[in-house]
Amino acid sequence: MSNLVTDTGVVFSRELRPMLRNPVTVVFSMVQPLVFLGLFAPLLPDDLSLQWFVPGIVVMSCLFGTSMTGSNLLFEIQTGSHQRMLVTPLRRPALLLGRALKEIVPVLAQAALIVGLCLPGSFELHLAGALVGLAILATFCLGLGALSYTLALAAKHREWLFWTVQQTLLFPLLLLAGMLLPIANGPGWLRALSRWNPLTYVVDAERALFNGEIWTSTTAAGVLAAAGVGAAGLLVGTRAMKNSD
Amino acid sequence: MIQTEELTKHFKDVKAVQGLTLTVRPGELVALLGPNGAGKSTTLRMLTTLIPPTSGTARVAGFDVVARQRDVRLRIGYIGQGNGAGHSQRGRDELISQGRAYGLRVGQARRRAAELIDSLGLGEVADRTVATLSGGQRRRLDIAMGLIHEPGLLFLDEPSTGLDPQNRANLQEHILALRERHGTTIVLTTHYLDEADSMAERVIVVDHGRIIADDTPAALKATHVGDSIRLGFDHETDVAAAAARLRFPRVRRDGLTLEIGVPGAPRLVPDLLEDLRAAGTAAASVEVTRPTLDDVFLRLTGRSLREGGAVAGTRSDELVEA
Repeated sequence: MSNLVTDTGVVFSRELRPMLRNPVTVVFSMVQPLVFLGLFAPLLPDDLSLQWFVPGIVVMSCLFGTSMTGSNLLFEIQTGSHQRMLVTPLRRPALLLGRALKEIVPVLAQAALIVGLCLPGSFELHLAGALVGLAILATFCLGLGALSYTLALAAKHREWLFWTVQQTLLFPLLLLAGMLLPIANGPGWLRALSRWNPLTYVVDAERALFNGEIWTSTTAAGVLAAAGVGAAGLLVGTRAMKNSD
Repeated sequence: MIQTEELTKHFKDVKAVQGLTLTVRPGELVALLGPNGAGKSTTLRMLTTLIPPTSGTARVAGFDVVARQRDVRLRIGYIGQGNGAGHSQRGRDELISQGRAYGLRVGQARRRAAELIDSLGLGEVADRTVATLSGGQRRRLDIAMGLIHEPGLLFLDEPSTGLDPQNRANLQEHILALRERHGTTIVLTTHYLDEADSMAERVIVVDHGRIIADDTPAALKATHVGDSIRLGFDHETDVAAAAARLRFPRVRRDGLTLEIGVPGAPRLVPDLLEDLRAAGTAAASVEVTRPTLDDVFLRLTGRSLREGGAVAGTRSDELVEA
């Protein structure tokens, strides 16, 4: 018998399969984070260590890859394979859940790759903290992926609309989260804006956790922000999928 | 298999489908024929649960398309205008995913995928990325995907658009074979006249979101247009004599030719020619014209179905040696 879980499993494994067939594709969406790691990290002022910078890059990699993922759905809307899925008896929420859950896999693979690259340097891995950090990141990217799919469903055949919104939001979110440079040194208005950005709390939590500090209020704030984005994404995403034709 | 009652769909200002009432019995092969924008695809999308009707009802495979979407989806196959397989996927993977989507177990889905790959001649390309397949190969894969759960009712939306003549013929063969073997009920839309003519037992002509005719291709042609015989003569005197001799209600003279409108023309020609020869007014040439569905459409709407919709009255001609 099929139910929401098995339906989600069908969609999840369908989405994952091209990546498993061709694992190199995991690296494609993380070119920019790797560029920042290679060309920006050496420019950091002395008081900012790789220990501080790497968690930000892990989140950045998630942000780049996951925010673009709606373009896959957009393409499938245009070619007709999304319609193909819609005429199957698969439950509508599963069509979104399976896709959004799949986003976690490349994010974890990319995080492992970034950490692996930095280990020979001055970066120190606190495993327990890092694992909690990845759980928070997975929740966040679940919601972000769902939002990206929602955007694709809303844009439908207007590809430009998808990319305009995605590109317009990407860098403000990234910079306001203090991903590249600390917000603390910025002017008051920028710090105020940053407090409204849920990504800020995720990045702060990742920094604390990758540093081995688990039981802190920073972690709690990160969990809340990620859970909020996750829940909001799934809510609007499943609603958009229900109305998709 | 399908019952609709005043099925209607409006998109903002566009009245795509207006009060469609229609019954399709099990085992029928029905073609919805009409120009682009006539409402064929919109009708199919309502019947396949993709879009809800603005008003009216439809029961498909025994279930209401709005209240019981999942039950309808489980029982129907749908092959849309686009490509069903994701371009980054492999054909076989997509077939297995589809099978799983319809609740088959992994083993069953694999077996079924292998069967379809075999019967649709996709063996050499099934394990390649879909993006690398040709248009015809992708279309065959679409068909395979639509058949994975052996639906009793199959919808095809413009199945042969964009295919070359050979692939079109192949596709039609597959569809007919499917029906032969499993008694599948088939509803297809097309704007290819010959396709509707050669495949369907029942043609529903749709225009501006309404049904304007519904019958077998032969009956549509006989009722709305009819056969005609054109006789050519060498001499004025022969034309006049022949015209006087022929006892048909509709005979039209045009220079050296006589045009006779009569049902069942091909069977009448041999005797007719013999009779004229015996009377010493032998015809020099003869042409039997049978109407096409385009003639039917032209008669019904004043427009041609052929590309561009220009007003024209071309007929397929059948020459018979005198």
